[in-house]
Amino acid sequence: MTKILTPTAEHDVAARDGLWMSPAAAEKVTGWTLKPEGMCRAEACVPLPASAVGTSEVDVAAFWTKLGGPVIASDQRDVWALGAPADERNAALEGLEAPDFTLPDVNGVPRTLSQLRGKKVFLATWASW
Amino acid sequence: MWQELYAELKDKNFMVVAVAEESRGADHARPWIDQAKSDYWQLIDTEHRLEDLYNLVNVPQAIWIDGQGRIVRPPETAGSTDHFRRMDLKTRTMAPKDQEERLAARQAYLEAVRAWVTTGKHALAATAARATLPKVTPEIAEAWARFRLGVWLRAQGRTAEGDRQMAEASRLHPDSWSMWRQAADLDEVGKASGADFWKRVQALGDRPYYPPPKL
Repeated sequence: MTKILTPTAEHDVAARDGLWMSPAAAEKVTGWTLKPEGMCRAEACVPLPASAVGTSEVDVAAFWTKLGGPVIASDQRDVWALGAPADERNAALEGLEAPDFTLPDVNGVPRTLSQLRGKKVFLATWASW
Repeated sequence: MWQELYAELKDKNFMVVAVAEESRGADHARPWIDQAKSDYWQLIDTEHRLEDLYNLVNVPQAIWIDGQGRIVRPPETAGSTDHFRRMDLKTRTMAPKDQEERLAARQAYLEAVRAWVTTGKHALAATAARATLPKVTPEIAEAWARFRLGVWLRAQGRTAEGDRQMAEASRLHPDSWSMWRQAADLDEVGKASGADFWKRVQALGDRPYYPPPKL
């Protein structure tokens, strides 16, 4: 199994030669679906070069690079990190809708920012270091 | 840290969400959280996901979000100042005047939050809010992917390789104090405020460590 770290999740998928995997696995990892037009999500499709699509597989590393996101592999290529594309981050922030997130509290209970809709929220970071 | 403010304003549709950027995890942050005796959300962000999502570079930074879920003040320093840069490193103390100014700046910041919650003051219009957003560059995006991989590798005991990814993340995103200091802390508790930290702070020259909020 190959471990893939995305900005919000961690996946274990069957992959070979880097990040060649089944369309189902690709969808689970990226949220994008393989269609004849390319990789699609909602109304958007990103065309893929023929070299990134096989008979029953797709090259997620090639797709993610086309999307503009960083693809970083560990030395043994057993763990990969797919980073959010800079353009996606900028567009989300420029929209001024506070990007939603879920993080555990100190006792492990998951909390989601959007649960607080209706309240003014002071969102602040800190660290022990 | 924010409990007094929260207790005062919680009946006014107000919430504080404090996020610990702590790759060592919840148990490492717990003593501080217990000491804060807070009843707002205290969340643990071992992978610094919030910093990636909001393009943050240091702690403490804060974002003000209105009841519609819109950002009305983009990330800015949350009440801290650069007075610490003039402290006596042997005694770890600040001159009385610096201590006073530091406290006054923090009070002014808390007063601004209070004014926002009660009257809406200091909330920026969309164009002004957008203008203050720092841009995410492809280098910053790559730095976050490497940082994420580095934290994961370290947690698995692949220390040298994790360190290398985190060092590369810092090189790609030199403005992020969080990336550098978190990596130093994972290496050894205390290292994030050790000799190398002070060297980096001195290298800032006239540039701020905590840019003051433009309130």
